[in-house]
Amino acid sequence: MKKMSKLQTAICFAVVVLLFVGGWLVEKYAGTSSMAVTVLQKGAVYALLAVSMNLLNGFTGLFSLGQAGFMLVGAYTYAVLTIPMAKRAAIYQYYGGGALQFTMSFLPALLLAGVVAAAFAAIIGFPALRLKSDYLAIATLGFAEIIRAAVQWDVLGPVTNGSNLLKTYPTLKSILKGTFMQGNTVVFVFFMVAVCIGIILLVINSTYGRAFKAIRDDEIAAEAMGINLFKHKQMAFIISSFFAGIGGALLAMYQGSLQANAFKSSMTYEIMLMVVIGGMGSVSGSVIASFLFIACQEWWLRFLDETQFIGDFQIPLLGSGFRMVVFSAIIMVVVLFFRKGLMGDNELWNLKLPKKNGKKVKA
Amino acid sequence: MLNTLLPYLLAGISVGGQYALIAVGYTMVYGILRLINFAHGDIFTAAGFFMVYLTAALPIWQAVPLVIILTVLLGFTVERVAYKPLREAPRMSVMISAIGVSYLLQNLMWYVTGGLAKQYPVLPKLGDTIQIAGASTKVVTLVTPVLTVVLVLALVLLIQRTKIGMAMRAVSKDFETAQLMGIKINSIISTTFIIGSALAAVGSMLYFSNYSTVTPTIGAMPGLKAFVAAVFGGIGSIPGAVIGALIIGICENLIKAAGYTTFSDAFTFALLIVVLLFKPTGLFGEKITEKV
Repeated sequence: MKKMSKLQTAICFAVVVLLFVGGWLVEKYAGTSSMAVTVLQKGAVYALLAVSMNLLNGFTGLFSLGQAGFMLVGAYTYAVLTIPMAKRAAIYQYYGGGALQFTMSFLPALLLAGVVAAAFAAIIGFPALRLKSDYLAIATLGFAEIIRAAVQWDVLGPVTNGSNLLKTYPTLKSILKGTFMQGNTVVFVFFMVAVCIGIILLVINSTYGRAFKAIRDDEIAAEAMGINLFKHKQMAFIISSFFAGIGGALLAMYQGSLQANAFKSSMTYEIMLMVVIGGMGSVSGSVIASFLFIACQEWWLRFLDETQFIGDFQIPLLGSGFRMVVFSAIIMVVVLFFRKGLMGDNELWNLKLPKKNGKKVKA
Repeated sequence: MLNTLLPYLLAGISVGGQYALIAVGYTMVYGILRLINFAHGDIFTAAGFFMVYLTAALPIWQAVPLVIILTVLLGFTVERVAYKPLREAPRMSVMISAIGVSYLLQNLMWYVTGGLAKQYPVLPKLGDTIQIAGASTKVVTLVTPVLTVVLVLALVLLIQRTKIGMAMRAVSKDFETAQLMGIKINSIISTTFIIGSALAAVGSMLYFSNYSTVTPTIGAMPGLKAFVAAVFGGIGSIPGAVIGALIIGICENLIKAAGYTTFSDAFTFALLIVVLLFKPTGLFGEKITEKV
């Protein structure tokens, strides 16, 4: 990556600050329970998830579909560790009050969520990363399913509460209660996500990141240049899963309750589609796509789910579920006709106006 | 001992046969396009819904062929719309497109059904209960393995003995050379999807006769398992897919018999990973050397 000019750095910085101020203003004037705030919170969490998946699929070229599994690990680690002592008896009522008799505050639990997910990735990566392309995809998908089954296993019940709901752990609102940030959930999520994405960006622009890209472009050539394939793949896999775990924990915070059954492969597919819409190999693309995706899914296309009238004429087809049909049709159009997605492999901060000869300057 | 295991064994063989019919679709498509057709499980589900809606209006004997025709049309359309434009694209793009189609089909089915589980019609004879050696089971349990074997034998004959079968084998060996030899690639690929979808439609009739409700996402799991079966048997090999599916079906039910129902799905994937690690070409697969 070319070094950014001072102006570019300043613009980037300004954009980030603007985003934060924007988020703050929206929450202040629209209220914490408004749709806009929901979209901003969920969109930010998914932005992190998409970027972490992009690190693996877009930058390292490893087509992994295990995201939901690592999110599940992260979310559960976070929730299990932070449920207040007083509430444990009620939540683990089928498992004698649960096995863990301590709780943590949210920040160490959040970090641990990442660490545990990364540990799982290290174990899974050892066999799985020897596989290539679609076999890797199906093997990681399989591991995610195994994790989901194991979490719901009765024997692990005292820790994971089996297939029952986990709740009353600190959520976005309750964490901020009584601090100077009270009611500023959007700014808080933005901050968490921005830190994580910042770290991922640093990784991508380090020598390791260059090695990842070399592996993506040509494994054999990369190996010939002295890159230890397995070590670097393993590294990408672990880093990506670490942030998937943290993303899962943030998702748990956003949702307020947690059940293993929600982390199906369709969740991975959704994140995968965000990455594709944003452009494989573009961090800023993934971020933009996640917000667009969530906004369309939750908000902008809502009108399609209700019967609408133009004058006396009832528009046909509209009804519950139609929103998702239109939405997935749009996604198919992107997948088929705009294969590069929004950004291709460019970043927002590297975009320049096309030069006169029509050649785009590539970073 | 045998008396307690027998019902599970029977259920295993029956489910295995149903997986086999789906797995053949996977393995044929993979053999030719090198594509995991993620939408195949949803086509299987769609066949279930076609049946639900058609039997509401038509007698069964008209509905059955119509279901097969509609499913075939769906499979054909999916291939033409979502995969054909990406023929020259990298494999990853096609796989993403398959995931997109799966997402679209699931949402579409959710919209049409309102997200409710639909009762599958009871097919005459298939749904009757019978007694075998003290174990009661449905007729479909016995019909499935027979029908599976017959259909698969017919398919193997088609592939080994007919001109179109020869073309299919040629295309799966070498895409470009086959094209140079005057084989119409697109029609061969369409044929593959048509055969796969038709078998999935038959499989869905048998499967839902056993499970009796259809929901928009119900096909995802059997679809993935069928894929695992195809990999286990050696991708591209039709007898392999059938044997793999039977083994998976039986093991899954034996695990249920042992009381680990939670892990019956997980087992399939564990098996997949073990197979991929120790024998990536599966039981009957051909060894492929990778060229630089």
